[in-house]
Amino acid sequence: MSKRIDVKDLNVYYGSFLAVEGVNINIEAKSVTAFIGPSGCGKSTFLRTLNRMHEVLPGARVEGEVLLDGDNLYGPGVDPVTVRSQIGMVFQRPNPFPTMSIRDNVLAGVKLNNQKISKGEADALVERSLQGANLWNEVKDRLEKPGSGLSGGQQQRLCIARAIAVEPQVILMDEPCSALDPISTLAVEDLINELKDQYTVVIVTHNMQQAARVSDKTAFFNIAGTGKPGKLIEFAETSTIFNNPAVKATEDYVSGRFG
Amino acid sequence: MSASIQLSQRHHHNEGSGMTATSLTSSQAAAGRAGDKVFSGATLAAGCLILAVLFGVALFLVVQAIPALTAPASEIQGGEGFFAYIWPIVIGTLIAALIALIIATPVSIGVALFISHFAPRQLASGLGYVIDLLAAIPSVVYGAWGAAFLAPQISPAYNWLAENMGWLPIFAGPASATGKTILTAGIVLSVMVIPIITSLSREIFLQTPKLHEEAALALGATRWEMIKMAVLPFARPGIISAIMLGLGRALGETMAVALVLSSGALTASLIQSGNQTIAAEIALNFPEASGLKVSTLIAAGLILFVITLAVNMLARWIISRHKEFSGAN
Repeated sequence: MSKRIDVKDLNVYYGSFLAVEGVNINIEAKSVTAFIGPSGCGKSTFLRTLNRMHEVLPGARVEGEVLLDGDNLYGPGVDPVTVRSQIGMVFQRPNPFPTMSIRDNVLAGVKLNNQKISKGEADALVERSLQGANLWNEVKDRLEKPGSGLSGGQQQRLCIARAIAVEPQVILMDEPCSALDPISTLAVEDLINELKDQYTVVIVTHNMQQAARVSDKTAFFNIAGTGKPGKLIEFAETSTIFNNPAVKATEDYVSGRFG
Repeated sequence: MSASIQLSQRHHHNEGSGMTATSLTSSQAAAGRAGDKVFSGATLAAGCLILAVLFGVALFLVVQAIPALTAPASEIQGGEGFFAYIWPIVIGTLIAALIALIIATPVSIGVALFISHFAPRQLASGLGYVIDLLAAIPSVVYGAWGAAFLAPQISPAYNWLAENMGWLPIFAGPASATGKTILTAGIVLSVMVIPIITSLSREIFLQTPKLHEEAALALGATRWEMIKMAVLPFARPGIISAIMLGLGRALGETMAVALVLSSGALTASLIQSGNQTIAAEIALNFPEASGLKVSTLIAAGLILFVITLAVNMLARWIISRHKEFSGAN
């Protein structure tokens, strides 16, 4: 239920502006990969190209290939809707649908494309997904209450439950803990560790300790200056990046000398 | 010893001067507070003024209507009492407004969605201007257009309806030869209401948080599914408010109906001449009215006032029923 991602010579443009240049990266299945780097270095932009969410912005386009187990996401005739149903995403700010109950939030993706699902199946899926997101015990007695009534950390785990309910191949997380308090952050990090048993997880984070705690491999992105494209500087085992990086810029960044 | 005393004195002195700089009684703070008082007083007065005007209108309507409501049945127009006089035009008003809303609501929401989520940016802003311009056209112009252009153009369609759908009471023949029917009036009203509902809905659709739109898209929603999942639920209270504002205009619209509709007794058929609305009835009869007739017309105005009030309260109740899920919490 999880696939690998291979990116070949990817350039990302907003209109004529080159935002990210020449990324080559191989992301293993059933692993956690962290993207770190200073603000504006293109790591979030690059993450969004992995499920074509960057196309939400007008004028955004890519050159190069993103292969999901060998299938190019940008091949002719590939529908971004299909891509996104296989590669789920969790955002920086928790965004459960405020007009839906907790239960309906979990089922939101499953009910798309007019898929029919029996009540029994739905109940089982809701329980399985919420348990997968370590949220079941906290919400099992109030599944019909609005999702927006939960705390920030619970809302973020609800969003993760919603993402895993559609059984994606890959889960992308764009700074999933930056709006959360330390205890909620810990809960989400524990969850990320469990998720990698089943899913390929890619996480963007500003928090280097977090990258060190949760990821198997780390990619460091950097930018030469404003208006210049972001680039992938170094990609290696997380312990290598933090203890013995090959590139000077990586060492400067992880040791806190800039960024 | 003396040094420490000096120090503590200096310390005291510093505290003292600090106190005066940010003193609670300083003139600047007092001026700021006076500004607050003036502002809160002004807003309170504005709020009270609206209540007073509303109350004054209601009081005027009730006092002036009492003679008609208490007069013997035979003296009221039609000779059968106020209730017999008013209920056909209440029904006529509701029919015309209902036709307008049935046509205007889906068109408006569709156009608003097109502008906010589908059209390329330049087309969207152009279309937005045109819609806003529609709202600026005076109602008498709509009335003239309805009477002089739309009614004759649409009358063949009424003939077709009478021939093919005549078994439905609302399309019973013979159709009006002039086309000046309640259905034509309703269509003209819908054109007048569309800009109101469209521009309000568009504003609300544009306010949908990007966060929720992206949440839907990231689950693999198509654009239409994203609209069903994130935009429409978020906009629901706003859409209802917009429809109610449109309904308010449709209920109260006078000139267009007076010009378009060839009025008469209440009939079920929408394509024959007949029916009347309260607003048009008042406008057409008021200039020559005197005595009890004036009172009767004002009583009709009171009924229209009550209907509008009831509609607004109903809308508020519908919106508040789903407060927990509105996203406001």
